Amino acid sequence: MLDSGLDWENIDKDNVGIYIGVTEHGNVETESEIYQIKDYDYDTSFWSHHHNPRTVANNPAGEIALNMGITGPHYTIGAACAAGNAGLIQGVQMLRLGECDVAFAGGVSESIHTFGIFAGFASQGALATHEDPTKASRPFDKQRNGIVVSEGGCIYVLERLSDAKKRGAKIYAEIVGYAINTDATDFVLPNPERQAQCMRKALRVAGIAPEQINIVSTHATGTTNGDILECEAVRNVFGKSENTLINNAKSFIGHSMGAAGAIELAGNLPSFNDRHVHATINVDELDEQCAMDGLVLNQPREVDSVDYILNNSFGMLGINSALIVKRY
Amino acid sequence: MAPEEIRQAIIDILSDIAPDEDLSGLDDSVSFREQMELDSMDFLDIVMELRKRYRVQVPEEDYTQLASMESTVKYLEPKMANVPA
Repeated sequence: MLDSGLDWENIDKDNVGIYIGVTEHGNVETESEIYQIKDYDYDTSFWSHHHNPRTVANNPAGEIALNMGITGPHYTIGAACAAGNAGLIQGVQMLRLGECDVAFAGGVSESIHTFGIFAGFASQGALATHEDPTKASRPFDKQRNGIVVSEGGCIYVLERLSDAKKRGAKIYAEIVGYAINTDATDFVLPNPERQAQCMRKALRVAGIAPEQINIVSTHATGTTNGDILECEAVRNVFGKSENTLINNAKSFIGHSMGAAGAIELAGNLPSFNDRHVHATINVDELDEQCAMDGLVLNQPREVDSVDYILNNSFGMLGINSALIVKRY
Repeated sequence: MAPEEIRQAIIDILSDIAPDEDLSGLDDSVSFREQMELDSMDFLDIVMELRKRYRVQVPEEDYTQLASMESTVKYLEPKMANVPA
């Protein structure tokens, strides 16, 4: 908000909207209360009065509103690990509808504080382990064995381009295309056909061809099947594009769940100016089923120009999202 | 617990609820909410912490007794007389 240069004092707070993507919300509080009342022999009179206001699904957005005195609409968008993109897309849509003039949009995650999420991934066989923790998150590597859960948050200030230009804002990027669709095939196993369809739809909305995308930021989390299937989808769309490089941020920071889409986009935005495309690291031995032309392995690559970035974020229950931003 | 110990117990609870508040200049005769930033949920924290730490029950109809330090200590004195300091 400070970086946006908005004249915060004089902005009508009724016209500010808050749209926060979340993987899940409330587990942390509920698990911790159950753990604590065990010490009181499960006497529910010791159950916290904070439980409900902290676990209602709009809480992460509502706390921003409370802390900043924002009186426009606020709510969260539950979209599993596609939530970061989903928050941004919701912000764009609300600006277009005129529901707000400024949107705080992105995603947050507190998953690392929930016992259940770790235990659940472990039971599912999807939790990474490695004797060297810095090597545990390794999408596309042959030895990958699952997800490294991380936490974080990334929230953007979105405005209509005309408003941003009028006030001379520093514009990081222009959102020019997006799509959300659904596999409708499995609770957790991705569907590459639907993922490819999602990317193509975002390209259609942006009115550009695959060859115009300079960076595809993959969702790949380091699970055996998930990575292979996303690579299949990316090859399907970008297989013939010589201009497209492909990278992955989770190899550096793990999987920040509901924040992932928003954080991973932020990690690629500097490429518009410095023309360096960050790599996907920890690939000691590339899994041949994940091999793709354009995959930036272990070392960043310098290019002539970066004009468009496509940001993939997929999640459980078959939610797919792709967001396209353009250099401004 | 003697009145002074009850007062200290309340100060300890308040510092946990509102760690940013400077409680050294608290006026015991003035209500907490006039001197501190306490929202409706924070106030219930006082009730919950008394229950958790000292097994003291404060029924809802008595909440008004917890308005200021003076009234709180006076109200808790008989309830906490047998609580070891």
